[in-house]
Amino acid sequence: MPPFPQAAHTALADTQLRSNLRHATHTIRDKRQRVVDEVDQWEALRTKGAQVKDDMLAHLDEHLLTLEASLTARGAIVHWARDAAEACAIVAQVATDHGVDEVVKVKSMATQEIELNEALAAQGIAAWETDLAELIVQLGDDLPSHILVPAIHRNRSEIRQIFLDHMAGSGRPAPADLTDEPRELAGAARLHLREKFLRAKVAVSGANFAVAETGTLVVVESEGNGRMCLTLPEVLISVVGIEKVLPRFADLDTFLQLLPRSSTGERMNPYTSMWSGITPGDGPQEVHVVLLDNGRTNVLADEVGRQALRCIRCSACLNVCPVYERTGGHAYGSVYPGPIGAILVPLLKGVGHDAQVDSLPYASSLCGRCYEVCPVKIDIPEVLVHLRAEVVDAHRDGWPTGMDLAMRATSVLFADPGRMSLAVKASGVANRVVAGLTGLPGVHGRSLPGGRAAIGRLPGPGAAWSDARDLPVPPRTSFRTWWTQTHGGRDETAGGRS
Amino acid sequence: MLTCINDTMFPETGKAVVRLLRRLGVDVDFPPGQTCCGQPMVNTGYLDEAVPVVRQFTSAFEGYDAVVVPSGSCVGCVRHQHGLVARRSGDPALVDAVAATSPKTYELTEFLVDVLGVTDVGATFAHTVTYHPTCHSLRMLGVGDRPLQLLQQVRRLRLVELPAAEECCGFGGTFALKNAETSVAMGSDKVRHARGTGAEVLVASDNSCLLHLGGMLSREQAGMRVMHLAEILASTQDQPAVVGS
Repeated sequence: MPPFPQAAHTALADTQLRSNLRHATHTIRDKRQRVVDEVDQWEALRTKGAQVKDDMLAHLDEHLLTLEASLTARGAIVHWARDAAEACAIVAQVATDHGVDEVVKVKSMATQEIELNEALAAQGIAAWETDLAELIVQLGDDLPSHILVPAIHRNRSEIRQIFLDHMAGSGRPAPADLTDEPRELAGAARLHLREKFLRAKVAVSGANFAVAETGTLVVVESEGNGRMCLTLPEVLISVVGIEKVLPRFADLDTFLQLLPRSSTGERMNPYTSMWSGITPGDGPQEVHVVLLDNGRTNVLADEVGRQALRCIRCSACLNVCPVYERTGGHAYGSVYPGPIGAILVPLLKGVGHDAQVDSLPYASSLCGRCYEVCPVKIDIPEVLVHLRAEVVDAHRDGWPTGMDLAMRATSVLFADPGRMSLAVKASGVANRVVAGLTGLPGVHGRSLPGGRAAIGRLPGPGAAWSDARDLPVPPRTSFRTWWTQTHGGRDETAGGRS
Repeated sequence: MLTCINDTMFPETGKAVVRLLRRLGVDVDFPPGQTCCGQPMVNTGYLDEAVPVVRQFTSAFEGYDAVVVPSGSCVGCVRHQHGLVARRSGDPALVDAVAATSPKTYELTEFLVDVLGVTDVGATFAHTVTYHPTCHSLRMLGVGDRPLQLLQQVRRLRLVELPAAEECCGFGGTFALKNAETSVAMGSDKVRHARGTGAEVLVASDNSCLLHLGGMLSREQAGMRVMHLAEILASTQDQPAVVGS
C-alpha cells in the first residue's frame, strides 16, 4: 500500500465513493447521537467502560490465566498465538484434523487482522464469510473499508451486480431477476448462505468479549448469521485478541450498553450470543479458543498508546471523522481504518520501518471528534501526536527531510525573541519583495477581498498549499513592530499602517 | 500573548485585542520575549524542537496575572501539551514553570466571559456574520457558546447560523501541507456551507483556520471575507473594523 496521502488521492477523486461514504456515515452518526442523548448517565458510563478496561489491562496476565482455566474447565481447548502466523496455523490444523475443505465465518476483525482467509486458502480450505457486508466484500474480491459496515463504500446497485456476477462461483447463484431492493438483496444472500451453514462442519468466529470469571465468549451482531455459525457446525474455533478479556460477567452490563449505541446507533443489538465451552448435545461439541497477541503486548508496553487496547471496535470514530468521510477505509491500508486504525496499526506494527505505517498518525487534522464519541474515552488525538513524535524520533539519524529542516529552523527562531524579531522584520521585507515580484511573469499576484495582496501560486513545496488556496502577503508592519513604534499601542498615529 | 501567525500575518488581530482589553480596563502588556507556543512542532511530532520554544514561552510570561491568547488552538497546546514537552525535557524547573503558566493562560472569549465577567463588550459591527467554532476551542478547551454570547451583544451585527458548524475546516497545522488534498476537500465543504448562509463575514477565533478558509474563498473569488472575532469585538461606532483587510 502507498502512504496515506497517495492512497487518499484516488478516493478523493471518486465522487460516487465520497457520496456513498457521506450518506452512510452521516446516517449512522445521527442515529448514534439520538440514542446516546437518551442516556442520562452516558458520560459516567464512558468513564466506567474506560476504567474497567484499564483495570483489566493493568492485570492482563492474571485475567488471561483465569480465562484459560475457566474455558478449559468448561471443555474448551485453549491455544496461545504470539503472531498471525501461529494463529493461522492453529486454525488450519484444526480444520485439517477434521478433513474439511471449507469453513464458515462470523465477521471477525481479529481473523481479518491475521489474514486468516488467505492463509486457509493456501492450505486448500475455503473460508466463507457469512456477515452480509463481509459477503459482499468477499464476493466482490474487495477489501473491507469500515469496521462495522465493511461494504460502506458500496451502494445497492453495485451490490446487486456483485451478487449476479459472483454468487454462482461459490454456491447458490443469485436469482436472475434480482433487483436492487434491499429486501431482495437480503433474500438472495440468505438463500446463498443457508446452504453453507447447513453444509459446514467447522466454523470460525471472533469474540467481542471474553469473560475470565465464567469462561464465556460473547458475540454481538445484527443479522443472526453469526448465531448460525456459532450453533450449527460441529467444531467452533474462536480467534480472540488478548485485550478482549473482561474480568467479571457483571462487566458486560457496561459494554452491552456502550457498544450497540456507539456502533449501530441502536439501544440493543438484535443478537447477543454467549457460549461457555461445550454443552453436551447442544451446539458445537469441540470448541477451540485461540488467544492472540500479534503486537498487543507491545501496545501494552507503550504508556500513552496502551489506551488503544480499550477499543471495543464500535467504529463511532470512523463515522464522525472528517478525514475518513472523504478518503474512505481503503486509504488507510489496513483492516482497522479511520482514527482508531491510524493509532492501532502503528502501535501493533511499530513505527520507523514502513512509510505507509508511518504516514497513518498524520492522517488526521486532530479535530478531536473521535475522542468526543469514543465510548471508552480513548484520547485518539493524544495518541496520534505521541506516535508522530515516535515517527520523527525513529528517523532522527537519517537524511533530514524538508519538514525536519523547517522544524529545526523554526525551533531555533522561536527559542530566541531577537531572532524572531529579525524574521518578522524579514516578513515585512517579503511584502515588498512579493509586491515587486508579482508584476513579473510566472508569479501570479492576486488581491484578497478587501484589497490585501495575496500570492496565488507558489513554486516547490509551497504548491501543496497554493494548489487550491491563496496566501496573503505578509503585511509591511508586524504587530511586534507596531507595538514598539506606537509605544504599546498608546500612540497609534506613530505606527505605520499595515 | 500573540500567536506567531498573528504577529507576522495578521497584526490587526493583535491590535484589536489590545484595544478591546484596554477598553474593558485591563492593563495590557506585550512582553517582547514571546515567540510561539510551540504547537507547529508538537503536533508534527518534533518534541525535542519544541522544548526551547516552551521554555521561551514560560520565561516570557513569568510574573503576569493572565496570558490572553486570541487562538483556541494555541491555548490548547499550552494547557494540554506544554506539560508533555516539559516532562520530555527532563528539566524539573521547566515542569514547574509550565505548571505555573498553563493554568493562567486563557483563550480570549474565556478571559472575557469567565475572568472579566462580560458578554457585552460595547462593540458595534454593522454586518452579517456567520461563526465557525474552531475544533480546538470547541473540543479541546470547551469554550461552548461564549463566542456566540459575545457576538449576540454586538450592536447592529446580524448573526446567521453556519450549517455543520462543528465540522473541522481541514486546516490542522501541517496537515494542510502533508495531506493537502484531504485538507482542501474538508475546506471546500466548510466554504460551501459558509457561502450558503449569505453572510458577508466568516468569523472564527483562530487566524490559522481563517488563513486556510480565507485562502480558499479568495481562490473561489467568493467575495466573502474572513475576520478574527477579536476584530469584531474591538470594532466600535467611532472606530469601526475594516472588513476583510
